[in-house]
Amino acid sequence: MYDVAIIGCGVVGAAAAFELSKYKLNIAVLEKENDVALGASRANSAIVHAGYDPEPGTLMARLNVQGCAMAEQLCKDLSVPYEKIGSLVLAFSESERKTVNKLYDRGVKNGVPDMQILSREEVLQMEPEVSPEVMGALYAPSAGIIGPWEYTVALAEVAVQNGAEMKLRTKVEGIDWTEEHYVIHTNKGNVEAKYIVNAAGVHSGEIHEMVAEKSFEIRPNRGEYYVLDKCEVTKARHTLFQCPNENGKGVLVSPTVGGNLIVGPNAEGVSGEEDNHNTAAGMAFVQRMAAKSVPNINYRHSIRNFAGVRANLNKDEFQIGVAAKQFIDLAGIKSPGLTSAPAIALECIHLLQGEGLSMEQKENPITTRKKIHFRSLSAEDKQQVIKENPLYGRVICRCETITEGEIVDAIHSPIPPCSIDGIKRRAGSGLGRCQGGFCGPRVLDILARELKVSPLDILQDKDGSFILMNETKKEV
Amino acid sequence: MKELVCIVCPKGCRLRVDEENGYLVSGNSCVRGAEYGKNEILNPTRVLTSTVKMEGGLYRRCPVKTNIAVPKGKLFDIMNALNAITLTSPVQVGQVVIENVCGTGADVIATKAL
Amino acid sequence: MLYDLIVVGGGPAGLAAANSAWEKGLRNILIVERDKELGGILNQCIHNGFGLHRFKEELTGPEYAHRFIEMLKDTSVQVMTDTMVLTVTENKEVHVINTEKGYQVLKAKAVILSMGCRERTRGAIAIPGARPAGVFTAGSAQRYLNMEGYMVGKRVVILGSGDIGLIMARRMTLEGARVLACVEVMPYSGGLMRNIVQCLQDYDIPLYLSHTVTDMQAENGRLSHVTVSKVDEKRNPIPGTEMEFDCDTLLLSVGLIPENELTRGAGIQMDMRTNGAIVYENMETSIPGVFACGNVVHVHDLVDYVSQESEKAGAAAADFVLNPKENEQAVQLKNGSGVSYTVPQQVRIPRIEKNLEVFFRVRQVYGNSVIEVKDGENTLCSFKREYMTPGEMQQIKLPRVLLDKVTADTIEISVREA
Repeated sequence: MYDVAIIGCGVVGAAAAFELSKYKLNIAVLEKENDVALGASRANSAIVHAGYDPEPGTLMARLNVQGCAMAEQLCKDLSVPYEKIGSLVLAFSESERKTVNKLYDRGVKNGVPDMQILSREEVLQMEPEVSPEVMGALYAPSAGIIGPWEYTVALAEVAVQNGAEMKLRTKVEGIDWTEEHYVIHTNKGNVEAKYIVNAAGVHSGEIHEMVAEKSFEIRPNRGEYYVLDKCEVTKARHTLFQCPNENGKGVLVSPTVGGNLIVGPNAEGVSGEEDNHNTAAGMAFVQRMAAKSVPNINYRHSIRNFAGVRANLNKDEFQIGVAAKQFIDLAGIKSPGLTSAPAIALECIHLLQGEGLSMEQKENPITTRKKIHFRSLSAEDKQQVIKENPLYGRVICRCETITEGEIVDAIHSPIPPCSIDGIKRRAGSGLGRCQGGFCGPRVLDILARELKVSPLDILQDKDGSFILMNETKKEV
Repeated sequence: MKELVCIVCPKGCRLRVDEENGYLVSGNSCVRGAEYGKNEILNPTRVLTSTVKMEGGLYRRCPVKTNIAVPKGKLFDIMNALNAITLTSPVQVGQVVIENVCGTGADVIATKAL
Repeated sequence: MLYDLIVVGGGPAGLAAANSAWEKGLRNILIVERDKELGGILNQCIHNGFGLHRFKEELTGPEYAHRFIEMLKDTSVQVMTDTMVLTVTENKEVHVINTEKGYQVLKAKAVILSMGCRERTRGAIAIPGARPAGVFTAGSAQRYLNMEGYMVGKRVVILGSGDIGLIMARRMTLEGARVLACVEVMPYSGGLMRNIVQCLQDYDIPLYLSHTVTDMQAENGRLSHVTVSKVDEKRNPIPGTEMEFDCDTLLLSVGLIPENELTRGAGIQMDMRTNGAIVYENMETSIPGVFACGNVVHVHDLVDYVSQESEKAGAAAADFVLNPKENEQAVQLKNGSGVSYTVPQQVRIPRIEKNLEVFFRVRQVYGNSVIEVKDGENTLCSFKREYMTPGEMQQIKLPRVLLDKVTADTIEISVREA
C-alpha cells in the first residue's frame, strides 16, 4: 500500500514526486512509457516564463510567478542547465504597443519583478537582429531558459533516491475506491494507494473521469518547432516573444541552454498525443511568423524539427484541485506548466494535506544532484576527472563534446535509460548538428555493453522503436 | 536492340547495342564507349565487395572483395558463400578468404588488416 | 612539447598531408585521430572505385587507406589515436584529451586541419511527418552494416542520390534488403553515373528524379510508410502526385557539410559557399601556418583529389616551418556565372611553382561548354568541356606564366554553354 501514487511522470509528476519525497511517505510514480519526460515535457519551448501573461488573480498567475522564482536555485541544486536571460515581448504596431502596456500592468499585478517598457532604440540595441519594424517591447529580466527534460529527469531522480518507486511501462487502465483507499488497475497489475495525484498530461481528463464526473476537457494542441545550429544563436540574446493576438500567442525565437536557436511553435488542435508529427504547413507557418520578429534566420542551419502536444484546456486556467476524496488533479497543465511545475508541486502538497494526508518531514532528504558535465569543466577539472575515470577522456558525441564517462554515468543513473534518446536526455549526446549520425552507433554499443543486452534490443526511443533489424552473415 | 548508359566517363552517353548486328554500338562518343557497350551485353561483370564474420578484431566484420570482376549473375551465389566464413584475427590485406569462389576463377580477398 | 606539425584528423586528408610533410623534410610530426585507428571514413567505405587517379587501379576504401598508412610506417610520424582535439588556438596550441593522458596542450609550428565532413540530417532538410526510429543517414547505416554487421532495415527507401546513398542501395540489396526506390529532389542525380548504373540499375531499383519525401508514418515507434511526391521547378511538392511506400527504413544521402567547429574556434576566416576555410593556393588559411585540406575545406567526390590537395597542404606546411616567407599580396578568385565556388579562394602568384590547380563546382548541368578565366576584362585562357554536372568537381590548371600577366586584383572563373 502506497501513501501516494502519482500518475504520470512529466515535469509536473516529477516535481510532485520530488517535493513529496522529502516527507516520510511511501510514494509510487506510475508512468506508461519506458522513461520519464516523454510527453510535453520533452517537446516544448524550454522557457521559464516571467508571468505577465496569465490573468491576474488566477492560480496560473500565482504558480507561474512562484515557479519562475524557484527555478534558479532548483536548477543550481539539481545540476540542470538554466540561464536567466530575460525575455522581450515585441510590439510591431500601435495596438501591439498597447498590448505590451497591458502585459506590463498584468505583470505588476502578478508580482513579476523588474519589468521595463523598452523603446524601439533600446530593443534594437539589446537585440540587433530584431526587425527594424519593431516599435517597442516589454522586457522581463526574470524570464529564463531551461533544459526541460533534464529538469524532469533530475526531479524524478532525486525522488527515486529519496525512496519513491518509479514504475515505468505502467499504464493506468482503471481506478476503484474501496472505502479507505484506491485500487489502481494497470497493465502490470493492481497498485493500492491512499492518495492519488493525477499528473497525466494529455490523458489527465481520462484519469479524472475514472474517479469523478467530467468537469473539464483536454484539447490536445500541437506545436511545431525548428532547432538551429549554434552559429544561428547570435540571432537572439533574449527570448523574443510576439504579442498575443486573436490568432494565438505568436511564435518565439530564443536561444536554448544548449547554445542553439529555437523557433516556434504554431498551435493546432489534434486528436491526441500520438499526433505529434511535423507538417509542411506548420513548419512554413513557423518560418513565416518568426520572420516578423527576426527576419534573417538561416534555416539552412536547421538541425532538427520537432512537435509537442500540449494538454490545453477549454479554459485559461490550470485544472488543479480535489477531484474526489483523496484524489488531486494536476491537470490541463499547458504553458506555462514547465515554469509552474515546482510551484504546482507545493500546491499539490497543500491540497493533499487538506485531504487529510499527514506529512512528516524526513530528517535529511536528498535535495541536490551532482552531475559531471565535461564540456563546461575547466582544463584542470577536465584533467582531474579523467584521472579519476579515464572514460571522461573519450569523446563519443563530437558535436556536443559528450564523453563516454558521462554516457556511462547516465546509464547507471537512478532511473536507468534503455534507449539512445534516453541517454540523449540525460547526457546530451546526439543533440548537436549531426543529430546522432556519428555518435548513435557508438552510444548504442555502449548501452548494449553496459546493460549486457544484444545491440538488436536497443531502442531509439519509446518501446517498439528498434534501431537494428538483424545481423548480417547468418549461416543458412 | 538494348539500351544502356555508358559509365566510362561522367558524360553518360545513352548507348544502343544491336545484338543482331554483331553487337554494333551506337550513341557512343568514343571508342571506349563502344567496347563498354559490347561487354555489358555479352558478359557483364562486377567486382563484388562485402564483409565476412570476424573474431578477435577491432570490428565484428572484415571487408572483402573479389580480386577480379565476376559475372553479374553470380553475385548472390558469392554472397551466400561468404556467409559460411569466419575469420580470426590477425587478418592481412590481400589475404585469400575463398579461392576460386563459386567457380568464377576469382578469389575473395580481405581488404583490411584486422 | 613543440611539434613541427600537428595534423588534426587521420583520415585520407590527414594521412596524405602528414606523408607529404615528411617527404618535404619535416621530422617531428604528430597526427591526432579521434577514432581507434587511422583511415577515417574510408574504413567503412568497403566498396571499390577508389584510387583510379592516384594509383591507376580500383581499390576499396580500406585498401586505399592502407596504402597511406603503410607509407607512414617508414617515417617517424607519430600517431595519437582515440584522442579528441577540443580546441585549436590562433597561436597553434592544440588542446587534446584521451583516456590515457587526460587533458594535454600540445604546441606546433604548423597545424593542418583535416577533420573531414559530416552528413546532413533529416533536420537540415526539414522532412515533415512522424519522427520514428528507422530514419538514418546513409553513413550511419553504412557503419552499422559494414563494421558492426547489423542491418538497419528490410524494406528501404533512399532519399538523395548522393554516392553514399547509391552505394548503400547496392550493399543493402546484396545483404537481403529490398530497396524500393531512390528519390532525388533535383532533376539530375547527385552521384556518379557509374554508381547509378552499378548500384541502382543492376538491381532494378527505380530512381525518381524531381521527387522528394513529403510525409512519414510510424507504427509502434518505427517507420512504416513514407510518402513521395513529385516537385516543381522550385522544388515544391505537387499535390496529387503522392506515392506511398511501405517501408521500415529511410536512408538519407542529402549532402555533406565540412566539419569546422575547430576552424571557427580558432578564428579562421570562412567561406559561406564551401562552409570551409578560405584558403590560399597552398591550402593555408587566414592564420599563417595553419592549413586545411580535404573535405573540411570543401566536399570532394573523389578521395584521389583529397589526397592530391592534402599533399599540397603537407608540402606547404613543411615549407612554412623550414623556409619562412613574407606574406605576398594575394589575388582573389571570383566566382563568375555558373560557378558556385572555387578552392583556393585566393592566390599569391609568386608562390606558384608551375601551375595553379583550381577546384570548382558548376551550378547546373552543362553540355558542350567553355570554362573562361578572366583577368579583369581580359580573357586569360579558356578550357573546353563536353559535360559538367554539379555532382562532379571540376579541376583546371593555370600555368604560372599566364598568371604573371594578371594585372587586376581578381581572377574570375565562369562557365557558359559553347
